[in-house]
Order: sequence, then structure tokens, then C-alpha cells
Amino acid sequence: MSKHTNSTSAAFKKAAFLFIILFLLGFTPDYGDTIVIGSIGEPRTFVPILASDSSSGTICGLIFNGLVKYDKDLNLTGDLAEKWEVSQDGLEIIFYLRKGVKWHDGAPFTSKDVEFTYKSLIDPNVRTPYGGDFQMVKSLEVIDDYTLKVFYKEPFSPGLASWGMNIMPAHLLEKEDLNTTKFTRNPIGTGPYKFKLWKTGERVELVSNRDYFEGRPYIDRYIYRIIPDTATLFLELRAQAVDYTSLTPIQYRRQTETEFFKKNFQRFNFPSFGYTYMGYNLKDPKFKDVDVRRAINYAVNKEEIIKGVLLGLGRISTGPFIPESWAYNKDVLPLEYNPGKAKELLKNAGWSDSDRDGILEKDGMKFSFTVITNQGNDERKMALEIIQRRLREVGIEVKIKIIEWSAFVSEFIDKRRFEAVLLGWGLSLDPDMYDIWHSSKTKQGEFNFVSYSNAEVDDLLLKGRRTFNQEERKKIYQKIHKILYEDQPYLFLYVPDALPVLHSRFKGVEVAPSGIGYNFIKWFVPRSEQRYTR
Amino acid sequence: MGKYIFKRIIGLVVLLLGITIITFSVIHIAPGRPTDLEAQFNPKVSMEARERIAHLYGLDKPLHIQYIEWLKRFARFDFGISFMDSRPVMEKILERIPITLIIELFSMILILLIGIPIGISSAVKEGSFYDRFMTVFVFIGFAVPTFWLSLILMDFIGVRWGMLPISGIKSLEFEKFGFFEKIIDMSKHLILPVLVSAFGGLAGISRYMRSSMLSVLKQDYIRTARAKGLSEKDVLYKHALKNALLPVVTILGLSVPGLIGGSVIFESIFSIPGMGRLFYESVMARDYPVIMGVLVIGAILTLLGNLLADISYAAVDPRIKLE
Repeated sequence: MSKHTNSTSAAFKKAAFLFIILFLLGFTPDYGDTIVIGSIGEPRTFVPILASDSSSGTICGLIFNGLVKYDKDLNLTGDLAEKWEVSQDGLEIIFYLRKGVKWHDGAPFTSKDVEFTYKSLIDPNVRTPYGGDFQMVKSLEVIDDYTLKVFYKEPFSPGLASWGMNIMPAHLLEKEDLNTTKFTRNPIGTGPYKFKLWKTGERVELVSNRDYFEGRPYIDRYIYRIIPDTATLFLELRAQAVDYTSLTPIQYRRQTETEFFKKNFQRFNFPSFGYTYMGYNLKDPKFKDVDVRRAINYAVNKEEIIKGVLLGLGRISTGPFIPESWAYNKDVLPLEYNPGKAKELLKNAGWSDSDRDGILEKDGMKFSFTVITNQGNDERKMALEIIQRRLREVGIEVKIKIIEWSAFVSEFIDKRRFEAVLLGWGLSLDPDMYDIWHSSKTKQGEFNFVSYSNAEVDDLLLKGRRTFNQEERKKIYQKIHKILYEDQPYLFLYVPDALPVLHSRFKGVEVAPSGIGYNFIKWFVPRSEQRYTR
Repeated sequence: MGKYIFKRIIGLVVLLLGITIITFSVIHIAPGRPTDLEAQFNPKVSMEARERIAHLYGLDKPLHIQYIEWLKRFARFDFGISFMDSRPVMEKILERIPITLIIELFSMILILLIGIPIGISSAVKEGSFYDRFMTVFVFIGFAVPTFWLSLILMDFIGVRWGMLPISGIKSLEFEKFGFFEKIIDMSKHLILPVLVSAFGGLAGISRYMRSSMLSVLKQDYIRTARAKGLSEKDVLYKHALKNALLPVVTILGLSVPGLIGGSVIFESIFSIPGMGRLFYESVMARDYPVIMGVLVIGAILTLLGNLLADISYAAVDPRIKLE
């Protein structure tokens, strides 16, 4: 962790220094050039409230804006909203919108657009997966063109972040069926980039919005190339036909440590917004006893997994929050690897190897279980193999089963047909985890699929949703973090690093807790190094 | 002849109906649902939202009702709307067919141009070093994994020597090119995919050609032709080849559906937005309307290909009469 903060502040100092020098020289960054992003996934739709895959999300994020957004230090700040006020009781939020913002077609942006987006989100005939947070809204009142008031049924602090949802133009979509509209391949937004073309299976092209309210982006053109094969993608990167993509740990450590890469590319690593864990089915008698779960935590060497699977590019996870976020409790320290303690705990819990076959038993039941995970993720498979070996050493037999994603979700997770599962959660920036940990969320298809139930956590989760003050929320979520690590409903394993790689001609890139994308519109290429000038 | 074709077509329609019933049931019975991917395991996407989306797709209706609704639409040549991006299935398929067709067609032409001569010459020189060399050569093409060969070629020709583009079908500046530049640009992109795909297909045609030529060369009428004192060239190309080509006609008929089928591995490696990838992506996303669309079009082409092979067989082989 310290390594990261050091490098951030060093980078900051360097950037500040550079800035002063450039200022003295009367320097302004050059406009122009193109950035080519390489991605294995293809977007599906540019109707932002229907977009649930990451490719669509990435591009919608450049074309559209929300009312609020997260800044580089992961704090909420205004986007289309200039500022907002939350009433004392937390039941009303007033948004004051930015004036003078125009849609890409020239029409003015007003509170009508926000109202329209809200109505679409709660319309039962629209296929949006994001209605949930907005069900808590009692009503929305347009006060004037640039002011609107949102009334909540009960105080709901994650609601504020949910207004980061991309706002859609009412004047273009009011009379359309959002599920089938042509807008999906021809979007009009307020964002820094305008849509230009989408060649299915090939690429999406955007051009900079010269009238963007935060200033014209320096890079003129944004091309999102779809290259479904990771080996091909890496070759395209080596040929410098792709400027930006993500590396795998092995590419980062072994294949890009060359002079060529050092000269032509800049590589980054910082914690990603997600963690990998092994979840227990807590309804299973083997895992009911918290000491057994703790014993497993002692028996699995997380350092070893990070070294073996991520080649060291990650950190031990102790709970369900982003390590850089204010909700993360830095006092929760990972248990050390200690198979002796694991054996002791298991023995005290009544597990012993009475038939001397190397596997523990209790009441005639062998300690043997199957962990399932999804196909197509080698990291998870390798992590499981290491866990399998370590648990075998303390007398627990682990079997591994790998299942294709859709079948995995609908047949095993949703129906709770598993003993343990190895998965990862991507994290949203708001720490509200009600859907994952609250004991009411254990019905079929809901996300507390391990059936975790702890009255105190239930209480804290509710309180966390009803509190707006960040200092108070911090206390609540840090406490949840601590309890979850003690209860071990998951064996928290690791937070992998994000490993983006970017061509070295792009300047002005700085790592912050939120990653590198936050100041994308300020990235630039000096005129002499620009490649795409035709 | 006309009566025969009419009868065959009636039979094909019944067969097609059976195929659609089976495929429709199989893909719906297979585990997994379109809404699984939609949600991507996002806790902000509630179960209610997933159920509601399933309802809007009509997935909560009984299977036979869903099938009848599909069939009604199919009768009007309407394959429905894709779950993934709400575009008409037909539009999605038509957008993908040209590039797959171009690559498959070029590679087929290449296969015929190279494979048939290899087969003929191997048969003529049966057992020689040349024959054995060609056998090994075409089988290497057959056995080498496409993805491996493609990556090696891309690495050397594309990255190290910079002679050809690595993947995709067009340059980024394609829209700004003039007409001839566009043609040259696309051709450059297509060279590697067509070569790789043709190399893999050589074995089939050349071996068929070789064995069919061999059996023809042992026929009495070949001996007669030679006895008549015809030149070896006339014997081979006038008498033997015409007859030896007959089985190849069948194979050509059968490869009609392959022309638009495409290949997942191949199209993914070269980032070609073709039919193979469309099909694979829709299977992974359980995009039922698209899966059905691709399968049914494939089935129709297979059936028509068979019919075509039978008819053309009758046309080129006087011994066969269709009744």
C-alpha cells in the first residue's frame, strides 16, 4: 500500500514541477492525434440505461454525463449538476444544474432531460437493469430549467451516487421506444466525445466535442477497436497499432520488460476495483462453524497465491471494499499463514483423522468439498489449485469444478447448488453492500448467495444507507469490514492490480486512487509526436 | 425433373420444420438464460429487474407457445429482434455474411486451384516421392492448429517484417481512402486469413481428387483410350478428369453452408466480424433469436446444397436420372 502512495505523491511532485516549467515557457498542450483502444469485448448499446457490459459503459461514459461523478480521489463531485443540497432528514435532494450545457446536436440541456431519464429508469417496459436504486425515489419535481428536487421514500445515501447515471436527451427520445430505438447506434450526449461511427465487430469511432463544458479534449479522435483474441491484441500492441489496453500479469512481468516496450509504452499498476474470494455455502454443515472458516483462512497462504497467480501484481484482500476508499478499514490485518493453528482450530471444532487416510472426519462425515468457478478465467483456476494443495496439508480435500458462465449462474449460484465458490466482485465506488451481505437478500437469484446472516451487520448496513455524513458512514463501513473478516463468510483472497499500458506519446497521465482515466480529456500528444494526422 | 424437384422441396420443408423444433427446444433447454449475461453479476441489478427483463423478452411463457410465436414470425421471414442489442436478427446476419462469404469464397477458389492439380498429379505419379511429399504437405495443413499458424504468421509477417496488417479487415483511415486504395487496403488485410484458411482445406479436396482419379485411371475405358493411341494428355484431361471430377461436385454442393458458416477461432484470431463470431457470441449470451436465425439459415443452405448437388449430379452424369 505504501509503495503505491509514495509513487502517487512522487508522480504528483514530478507533475507539479513539470507544470511550473511549462508554465514559465508559456506552454499549452497540442490538440490533435488519435488514441486507439484495444478491447476484447464489443459494446452492445449506447442507450446508457440499457448498457450493462463494460465496453458499452466505457464508451457511454465518454459520450454522456451524469449529474454527479467521482473525482480522482474517489469523492463525489458535480458533473452536469453544479452543486446539490441534501435536506436534514435525508429525504430530499436538490440538484442545481450547470447552465449553458448543450447536447451534441445543439439543443440545450435542462432538467427535463433528467426527469425523462428518471422516468425511463422506473418504466416497467424499459429493459433497464438499473431501476433498483431509483425505486427508492418517491417523486421527482422539476422546479425550473436548471433546478430539480428529488424526494426519497426513506433516507438513502447511495442514492446520491446513483445520479451518476448517464442523462439522456428527452427531445430525441421522448417519443421513442427505448428498447428498440435507432439511438442505440447513433447516440447524442453532452460528453467530451461525440459519436461518429460503429462498424460492428470492428471498431467504434468518436470525435472530440469542441464545445465540451469542461473544455475541448486535446485528443481529437477516440477509436475503440474490437480484437476478441488476447494474443492478437498483444501483437497489435507490439506493432503499435493499438495505443491502450490492459495487460495480463504475465504480459506485464515477462513480455513487456523489453527495451522496445520501455521506450514506446508507459505501463501502470494500481489496485483494481475488485477482489477475488472463495465463498462458502453457509447452509452447509461443514461451514457452519466460524472456527472452521478461520482455520481455512490460516491454512491458505494468500501471499503465495498472489505470487503464483498474479506474479506479485496484487495485494491481500481483507474485506469487500476498494483498498483506496474511505470505507476500507486499514486496521483489519490479514491472518498470517499458519497451518499449525489451522489444524488446532479444526481439532477443537471436532474434526479429526480417525481412519488415518489423511482426511479429517467428524461424525462419520469426511471433510471434503467441491469448489465451483466459471470457465474462461485461468487466474481463478490456478488460485484454486494452490488452495487445494494447502488445504490438503491440513486434512481437507478440495475438488474443483469449472462451469460455463451462464450455466454457472443460473444452475448453481442462483439455485444455491454449491458447497463453495471461487468468484470475484467488481466494486462500485459507493460502499453500500446491502445486496451482498444483508440477510434478507438470500432468495433465489439474489446476491447474498452464501446465505450470510449477522444481525449486527444487517443493522449497520441499514444505518449506512440512511447516513449521508461521510465521517459517520466511514465508521459504519469500517466496522462492517472488521466483522466480516472475523466472521469469514468468504475467504477473502486478493485484490488484483489493474495493469493498463499506454503508448508513450500520450502525456499528462497521472495515477490517482481512481486510476488513470479521470483526466482523459487533459491527455495530449505533442505535435511532433502525433501519428494520425491525415 | 420438375416433378422431382417439387417433391424434394416439399420434403425439405417438412425436414426444416423438424430441424427448427429440435434446435429450438435444445437451445432453450440448455442451462443458462439471456439475463445472466445482461446482469454480469452486478449487485446493482436486482433479481426483480432480471425477471422483468425476462418477461419483456417473453421468456416466461411456456416453451411451445414461444416456439409457435417464433414460427409465426419465421413464416413471414422475420427472425425477430436480438436480445443483445435489440436489432433485427436478419440485419445482424446480413451485416456479417459478406465478409465471411468473401473469405470463404476466395479460400475455396484457392483450394480448388491448388488442391485439384495436387490431387491429379499425385494420382498420376502414385507412390512417387512427389506423391508422398504432397501427402505430407497437405496433411500438415490439415493438422496444424489454425490459431498457432495464424499467430506465427502475424508475428513474423505483421509485427517483425511489417509487410501486412495483423488483424481486422480495414485500416483505421479506410473511410478517407479512394476507391482503389480501399481495394488494396482490404486485399492486404485478407491475404493472411485467406491463406491460412485455404491451407487447412487443401487436404480434403486434394485427397478426394487423388483417390477419385486413381479409381478412374484403373477403368477399362482408360485402357481403351490408351490402346487407341491417344496422347497421355488427352487420356488424362479428356477422359479421366471429366469422370474423376464427379465426386468433387458433391463436395462443392455440401460446402455451400460452409460458405457462410465461418469459423469462430479463425475469425476471432484475425478480428474478422464474420458469421462464426456472431454465432459464438450469441450462444455465449444465450441470444436465442440470433442463434435460431443462424442455425435455420445454415439448415436451409445445407438442404438446398444437397438438392443442388443431386440436381447438378444428374446434369453432369448421364448415368443418373432423377425421377
